[in-house]
Amino acid sequence: MGAFRIEEADRPHMLRLLIIWVILSFVGIVAVLQINYPPYDQTIQGQDQASTLKLLTVLATPVFVGVVMMILYSAVYFRRTTAELVDGPPMLGNTPVQIAWVAISAILVLFLAVVGIATLSSENVAQAVGHPGRAIGQSGGQTGSGTAGGSGAELHIQVIAQQWYFTYRYADYGGVETTHLNLPVDRPVELHVTSLDIIHSFWAYQLGVKADANPGVDNIFHVTPQKTGGFQVRCAELCGLWHGHMADSSGQVVSQSDFDTWIAQQQTDFETIAKAVPSYAPYYFPLPLTKGS
Amino acid sequence: MVVSERRLSIPNNPITGIVLAIPAYFFGVWLGTLFGNTDDQNTGVILGYLFATVAFLAGVGFLNYPLERLFGWRVTPITDPAENRGIGRYFRLSLDHKVIGLQYLVTILLMLLLGGIGAMLIRTSLLVPDASITPPGNYIPLIGLHSVMMIFITSAVIVGPFGNYLVPLMIGARRMAFPRLEALSFWVVPPAAVILAAATFWGGFPTGWTGYPPLSEQALQGMDSYIVGFALIAVALVTSAVNMLATIIGLRAPGMTWTRLPIFVWGIFTTSILGLLAAPVLAAALIMLAMDRSLNTSFFLASNGGSNYLWENLFWFFGHPEVYIFILPAFGIIMEIVPHFARKPLWGYRTGVVGLFGVALLSWFVWQHHLFVSGIAPVLRPFYMLSTELISIPTGIIFLVTLGTLWRARVWFTVPMLFCLGFLFNFLIGGISGVYLSDVPTDVTLHGSYFSMAHFHYTIMGGEIFALMAAAYYWLPKMTGKMLSPTIGRVHFWTMFIAFNSTFFPLFIVGLLNMPRRVSSYDPALVGLNRWVTVSAYVLFGSMVLFAGNLIYSWFFVSRPALANPWHARSLEWQVPTPVPARNFERVPVIVAGPYDYGIPNSRPVADLGGMVGVTGGG
Repeated sequence: MGAFRIEEADRPHMLRLLIIWVILSFVGIVAVLQINYPPYDQTIQGQDQASTLKLLTVLATPVFVGVVMMILYSAVYFRRTTAELVDGPPMLGNTPVQIAWVAISAILVLFLAVVGIATLSSENVAQAVGHPGRAIGQSGGQTGSGTAGGSGAELHIQVIAQQWYFTYRYADYGGVETTHLNLPVDRPVELHVTSLDIIHSFWAYQLGVKADANPGVDNIFHVTPQKTGGFQVRCAELCGLWHGHMADSSGQVVSQSDFDTWIAQQQTDFETIAKAVPSYAPYYFPLPLTKGS
Repeated sequence: MVVSERRLSIPNNPITGIVLAIPAYFFGVWLGTLFGNTDDQNTGVILGYLFATVAFLAGVGFLNYPLERLFGWRVTPITDPAENRGIGRYFRLSLDHKVIGLQYLVTILLMLLLGGIGAMLIRTSLLVPDASITPPGNYIPLIGLHSVMMIFITSAVIVGPFGNYLVPLMIGARRMAFPRLEALSFWVVPPAAVILAAATFWGGFPTGWTGYPPLSEQALQGMDSYIVGFALIAVALVTSAVNMLATIIGLRAPGMTWTRLPIFVWGIFTTSILGLLAAPVLAAALIMLAMDRSLNTSFFLASNGGSNYLWENLFWFFGHPEVYIFILPAFGIIMEIVPHFARKPLWGYRTGVVGLFGVALLSWFVWQHHLFVSGIAPVLRPFYMLSTELISIPTGIIFLVTLGTLWRARVWFTVPMLFCLGFLFNFLIGGISGVYLSDVPTDVTLHGSYFSMAHFHYTIMGGEIFALMAAAYYWLPKMTGKMLSPTIGRVHFWTMFIAFNSTFFPLFIVGLLNMPRRVSSYDPALVGLNRWVTVSAYVLFGSMVLFAGNLIYSWFFVSRPALANPWHARSLEWQVPTPVPARNFERVPVIVAGPYDYGIPNSRPVADLGGMVGVTGGG
């Protein structure tokens, strides 16, 4: 292993490549910064995901430009020009270059991992995490009848998946069950995702939420809406015949007062069927599966 | 010792196999009805498939040798390839690694055609956003069939044809270490494909290739095809892997030191380690699923105390090494072919080998990145995020070695070389998009969307299948004895490269814009992009038809035989005559130099072949 030394023959190639790489990377980074990254900014968590997406794209641009440039450059400048087959220079390797390449990729990777772990442990996303089988949060109650927490207290909502629709139960409002999801703006929500039959996945695209619904498991996901507006809900895990139709776009993020009106109406409607619905629980013991039926 | 003159007298060929398999299937079904559940036929169907497979293998001739040894009968001499040279040898049990390689090639390409037709049907269905072309009842089984068929193919498409044919030639051996095991690894593939296709008669299976319970326990009898077919592929993976490892370790010619081993052989070596260790885990999981479905156990049923997480972990503990089983031989192909056309030594040979082993090692520590949103313990997620991202370091080494070999080279732009460069471009996009999926916050939005679908098509089709094409154009002149037309080859490359990127790049955007995988109806706002993708996919299929045409035309309609060494390559497999003699080498060759010593002054030919004729030197 010798000192890092650039051979005379390499110099013009390296200089040319460096200049093109700097220019194209700069242009590329400016271009990818213009993109509005999904899942946009309806929730704090979605905004975090969008900014991570942007960071990854910015970092990927110089890597992509560099490698593609090397491929094209080799195809153009290192093409054989003679009619006869000739051998190239017998270069067997260059230890400093190899060490540098591994070191640079390691630094990039570790940087990404540190950023990712920091995002995971940050205030907003720290709890955006599933806890299978964990009991419902303290402020959630199975018997609380209409005792809405004040604005700002965490709202507990259970997402129940089954073939092939989602229903929602509001733990803080007596376990009222609804067919679509309404959320008050600027209030943290704790989603408890579970399933009655097979594995589904609750995907609210604009909210930046995706959580698998497993039978017998309470998968918890935190989300804080910060903008009012509609959102789509659909299943993201293959769940049989009508998987593609397990979708609706009736989800709404509304103001706290609109939410109070809506939930009161839901509670009134629910009273008539409340007796027939099982009482609220972290998860529901699924019926024995009928096979091949 | 007295050797009995008695012999098994049935003719051994696939027809006998099929004739035996059909009654065996019905016998299995009948047996299943005797003690299986009354409410379903799973036991019977599973037993039927297993009995049919064993009967087929018996008909092909796999039981002769064990029975002959057991009863002291005279052993049927099928071990000597020299006595079995007719065209019929390709349609019978053969223990010649070259015959097995070509049997594999044709079988797998036919399966690829089926899988490709499946892909075209899927894309046709997605021309409209409302499932009016293909109702979900057809669409869901269709994606299941396409996915598992393609997984079968991609597990074997390089190791099967090229590994079996070339590894003995490249290391200077006359055969594989275990020829019967090698033959078995091929002959279970046709039953596996037929059993998988038979799912159609039961309405298919609804789970895709992941087979997640409880959906797979709720499914109809089509699911049993998935279980038995996939288990047979696990058998093929293990038998092939143990054979490759034993061959590469034990049968290298004198002088073929580990540092003179062609890098393609290293690719096969590392992929075999993964296959040997991962496939048994799959087999175990499939047996548990079969028991859940037929014997009323509940390994995966939460309602009876099981857990679907058990399947998810077992499946992905196999499933993630499995995708490296696809790509490691492809890395080997790229690093193997580039030096011969760059006319330069492989730049950083040892580093490249370390890269292959690095990928192989890390592949065992990443499987839970498939479960980031499944509800696993959150403390696990940073570890799997880090380990997944670390894989880009050894993968980067593969790029470094290839680009270093190209540096200041005298590149001879042949069709295989074009496919190698196409591989680099596609796999770069595949690799970078993999980092997006490894990062937990972005994975939350990308998981299960078309983004991940585009990602793995970039790595598998853009990566492995492009490497396969490079290998086909490069090595088929040795294997079939005919050159593929370079003119058609160039047209094939450019249509395939452009159509591939035009098909799969928009799918990243489709995924970012909220389209989940495996749906027959989608957001009407995405119809424009989907139609673009479908039209591109048709062109992509057309480019594959072009390849098939080129292959058939050159193989059967060109009379001029290929030169023994048309690429003037140094490596050992090109130093034997074409067609390759029955026993490969007249004498065991003595290896005296490395395969990539281009441009090194006074470099010796790679081997002393003992005065063989028909040799054209490379360097």
